[in-house]
Amino acid sequence: MAQRAGSLGSETARRSILRSRLNAHQAWERIVKGICFLCAFLSIATTIGIVVILVSQAQGFFQNVSVWEFLTGRVWEPIAGHFGFLPLVCGTLLITVGAGLVSLPLGLLIGIFLAEYARPPVRKILKPALELLAGIPTVVYGYFALFFVTPILQRVIPSTEAFNAASGAIVVGIMTLPLVSSLCEDALAAVPKALREGAYGLGATKFEVVSKVVVPSAMSGVMASFILALSRAIGETMAVTLASGSTPNFTLNPTQAVMTMTAYIVNTSRGDVERGSTAYQTIFAVGLTLFITTLLMNLLAQRLIRKFGSRYS
Amino acid sequence: MIAAPSPNLRRRKLVDRLFTILAYSAAVIGVALLLILLSKLFADGLPRLSGRFLTSMPKQTNFAKAGILSAIIGSVWVMVLTFLFAVPIGVGAAVYLQEFQTKKSRFTGLIQVNINNLSGVPSIVYGMLGLAIFVPLFTALTRDPLQGRGIITGALTMSLLILPMIILVTQESLKSVPKSFREGSLSMGATNWQTIRKVVLPAASPGILTGIILAMGRAVGETAPLIVVGAASLVTFLPRGLTDGYMVLPLQIYDWSSRPQAGFHQLAASAIVVLIVALVAINSIAITIRARSRHQV
Repeated sequence: MAQRAGSLGSETARRSILRSRLNAHQAWERIVKGICFLCAFLSIATTIGIVVILVSQAQGFFQNVSVWEFLTGRVWEPIAGHFGFLPLVCGTLLITVGAGLVSLPLGLLIGIFLAEYARPPVRKILKPALELLAGIPTVVYGYFALFFVTPILQRVIPSTEAFNAASGAIVVGIMTLPLVSSLCEDALAAVPKALREGAYGLGATKFEVVSKVVVPSAMSGVMASFILALSRAIGETMAVTLASGSTPNFTLNPTQAVMTMTAYIVNTSRGDVERGSTAYQTIFAVGLTLFITTLLMNLLAQRLIRKFGSRYS
Repeated sequence: MIAAPSPNLRRRKLVDRLFTILAYSAAVIGVALLLILLSKLFADGLPRLSGRFLTSMPKQTNFAKAGILSAIIGSVWVMVLTFLFAVPIGVGAAVYLQEFQTKKSRFTGLIQVNINNLSGVPSIVYGMLGLAIFVPLFTALTRDPLQGRGIITGALTMSLLILPMIILVTQESLKSVPKSFREGSLSMGATNWQTIRKVVLPAASPGILTGIILAMGRAVGETAPLIVVGAASLVTFLPRGLTDGYMVLPLQIYDWSSRPQAGFHQLAASAIVVLIVALVAINSIAITIRARSRHQV
């Protein structure tokens, strides 16, 4: 009897030990989950931080400078008190459009080649080779633009300045090329085979299949890749700062030196900027414009990709 | 008897052939651009590259004796710290989104969209975030504006920049772990966290590691945010503490390229060769890991 009671007691003890261990595990579980949640929340905090800081500093800027002057002024000389944003818009536009002229057609063609023409071994070599272009740091592209592209441009068009929008645009086009080609390839490869076979069955040539069936079917994916490449070009900093100079010219002439939004931020923050000064606030006003522009483009691209993804899956 | 092809068909076939040539030549141009770029960089940079270049400090004017020692050491400092900050947080965030929150709630959806957007924010904007938060923070802590712009400020800024990248690749790797792995572990009585730690993370680790290495590779070449948070332009000493001034390799390249003297341009080219060799080394580690893990499965 006593023995039985003892074993019963130890049974209860064991159970309570097990239960407390389980409780400890569950508590630990909650702690780990909480920590992981904080990590995930940090990404939200980062976004909030970016928005709050850009907006609050830019607000200080717009208390001194009217929005009208900012958006329509043609002279950008913050030191002299001229805050016309248009020269920076021109510079950024020249780089973005020029880069797009290089990367969009070439990237789409390479995407078509990879998805429709290349045999698997060729694709296997070509893809990583192109990825290399995207992996080279942008400051290296700046060097390449300054000391390779610009001399060539100067030989072709002698009036080209030492710093010019064209060379910056060309190298930004080269560095965004893999982005366009690989996203285009993904989009084209996702088009169902049956569509191609239907067209071939009607006697279409390969070019006709590609241009009238495959590319139109993958259009939203292709457009998304274009928008992402342009958005990347707008935010590109080092290559452009090195190659295209830091002269805020109000011009659309690609042989002249220009200043992009990013180049302005780099140049101004390189010198010691005093916190709270107008120069300090100016870079945030420019940064806010940059952030909003690229954000809208990225959201549009994501929407297109989602739309495309739901179509064929 | 077969009828002769109509002129229309002949034209269509001609267009088709021309387009084929166009597609092939686009691919050739892509590869040619890469080869031209690399050969220009190596042709400029290799001749001056020497052991002394790697072990000397940069100089204000004397480019014959200048080197990249402080830039190499600075880059290593920033990378190690960035790794320490970004990897645990990034993996933790991915585990939360992928493993703890398996039900799709509106909040996790928001985080997901947010991470996708963050990965598209221009790098210089992160620099501005660092300028507005970390610089004043460390200035206040050290009571020295110079130390406010030290290594740790740069590394924290860089961590925020590569965090979205690390979260996204970790999520992808976690997704690729078969559901049966988790179910097997859970049915043996393991808790969710035990399953994650002992089953899911080890199975996903080659993919996670590859992604982390690629993200670090991108951070090594990143310049713009570090300029904004105030990396110095001439550093002739080696940093000894977390708040010391520093130089990184891409910034040294930028500085030398933007000087007027041709002698500095050659130094920039040599530094580029070092940077590219380092990047190739980093990426080949990633490729090796990926290849080996595929072999195992």
